[in-house]
Amino acid sequence: MITLTNIHKTYPARGGGAQVRALADIDLSIGRGEIFGIIGRSGAGKSTLLRTINLLETPSSGSVQVDGVEMTALSAAELRRARHSIGMIFQHFNLLSSRTVFDNVALPLELAGTPKAEIRTIVEPLLDLVGLADKRDRYPAELSGGQKQRVGIARALASKPKVLLSDEATSALDPETTTQILHLLADINRRLGLTIVLITHEIAVIKEICHKVAVMEDGLVIEQGPVFDIFAHPKHPTTRSFVDPVINRGIPDSLRDRLSPQPGPGSNPVLRITFTGEKATTPVISAISRRLGLDLNIWHGQIDEIQGAPFGTLVVEALGDDATVGAAVDLVKENNLGVEVLGHALPANH
Amino acid sequence: MLSPQIIDLLIKGLVDTLHMVVVSGAIGTLIGLPVGVALAVTGRGELLPNFAFNKVMGAVVNMTRSTPFIILVVAIIPFTRLIAGTSIGTTAAIVPLTVAAAPFIARVVENAVREVDRGLVEAAQAMGATPFQIIRKVLLPEALPGIVAGLTLSAVSLIGFSAMVGAVGGGGLGDLGIRYGYQRFLPDVMLAVVVVLIVLVQIVQSTGDWIARRVNKRNLKS
Repeated sequence: MITLTNIHKTYPARGGGAQVRALADIDLSIGRGEIFGIIGRSGAGKSTLLRTINLLETPSSGSVQVDGVEMTALSAAELRRARHSIGMIFQHFNLLSSRTVFDNVALPLELAGTPKAEIRTIVEPLLDLVGLADKRDRYPAELSGGQKQRVGIARALASKPKVLLSDEATSALDPETTTQILHLLADINRRLGLTIVLITHEIAVIKEICHKVAVMEDGLVIEQGPVFDIFAHPKHPTTRSFVDPVINRGIPDSLRDRLSPQPGPGSNPVLRITFTGEKATTPVISAISRRLGLDLNIWHGQIDEIQGAPFGTLVVEALGDDATVGAAVDLVKENNLGVEVLGHALPANH
Repeated sequence: MLSPQIIDLLIKGLVDTLHMVVVSGAIGTLIGLPVGVALAVTGRGELLPNFAFNKVMGAVVNMTRSTPFIILVVAIIPFTRLIAGTSIGTTAAIVPLTVAAAPFIARVVENAVREVDRGLVEAAQAMGATPFQIIRKVLLPEALPGIVAGLTLSAVSLIGFSAMVGAVGGGGLGDLGIRYGYQRFLPDVMLAVVVVLIVLVQIVQSTGDWIARRVNKRNLKS
């Protein structure tokens, strides 16, 4: 649906400063009907990247294709027409304070020259969809943040777009409202088959509704893939720093103190076993104990759900000699589970 | 207290003042509004950036705005004669008043339009709006409360300016106050003129505030 190829964006030097690199070497491919999340800290370039999709930001080089159309090759008038099929919602809603809820949702249709009678038949069902039929004649100043964003969503859907761009749409909302808005977006995605590209700095948003994710830092996409894979096996330190707080792959501080990177006198290796997807139910711990006679002291366990698939981690101290532990690691790998040696546990009271 | 002749003069002065203020205000708005919008949207980083136009137009506006009004009245007498066919009287006075009002209004409109949140312009662009649609459907309606407040300010200033056009035989309340109140030393006429002007300004200001409140949907109580 959306293909970004080799996107670069630099802002020219101004007032003696060096030119600023906003985006570099961006390649993204977003499938039809996907919810694609882009996460990064502020200044990472995610907002600029999102705006290159509808060409609110013109890339310095590279290709932007939306639904098979090369956006960078369009004339101004063609681009305006193409934008009718790309809806956008914003962190601060960007509703017109001078217009009622109905008239705000009607705006994109007015701009496209849709006749008044037809506008009604489009806007009213949309207000029902977002649950604001009773606020039809209210002004934005009379609405709560969540209601304003619902108006924003209805407005973005009015021109029947194929793509919805979401610019930190839940960042100004409280957690409960955030969840409601995310469910609304997921619902729209399912019901209308709409492709959604959202940017956020909150990993919880990605975890909640995204199918795929790209992690950005300093104008680069440092990691991308299915949300499950990125959460289960984050490679880049920045990705890990996003993922760790929500899926707690870590170990309790009291145990961390006993952990040393090098083996010491009387130490035992500490392993982290990760269970993903349908393999999360494999009885590997009891298999190790029975077949290898190896005792495992469980330090920490966690099971989580990402995009409806179970994901678990287990941190164990293996009470045995190196050969037996090596065999245990092999056994875990044979079962296609993830395993890594975190370090070596020194005896508790030394 | 005041003789019937003086009352008649007061009424005539009020009518002349209103005539001058309303006509010059209306023409000033017709010129100032588009110029103000043009100044706002051609600035750097705005909707239709145009450095040259913005600088030239800005300079023209500043030139008129920095000329003291009484000097402007005298300086443009040939122009006044060209437009109004005469250089004295109420109709002639409308020309310098308009020349002063238009740039003033342009600046207040420019400020009101600049106040509109950039995010709204971006949202409209994302919807595929043309620049003209953005001006008509987004910038003007959203700037309306500010524009109304600015026009009220302009009307009050014009009432003040209109008092000076007595210098070219413009008539009106200010002229009445100078000729009867000051030159003939009739303090009660002077006082009456001042009272009428105060009431007039008060009415204009209150009406303007009321309209601005009516069109402002930003601070509604739910």
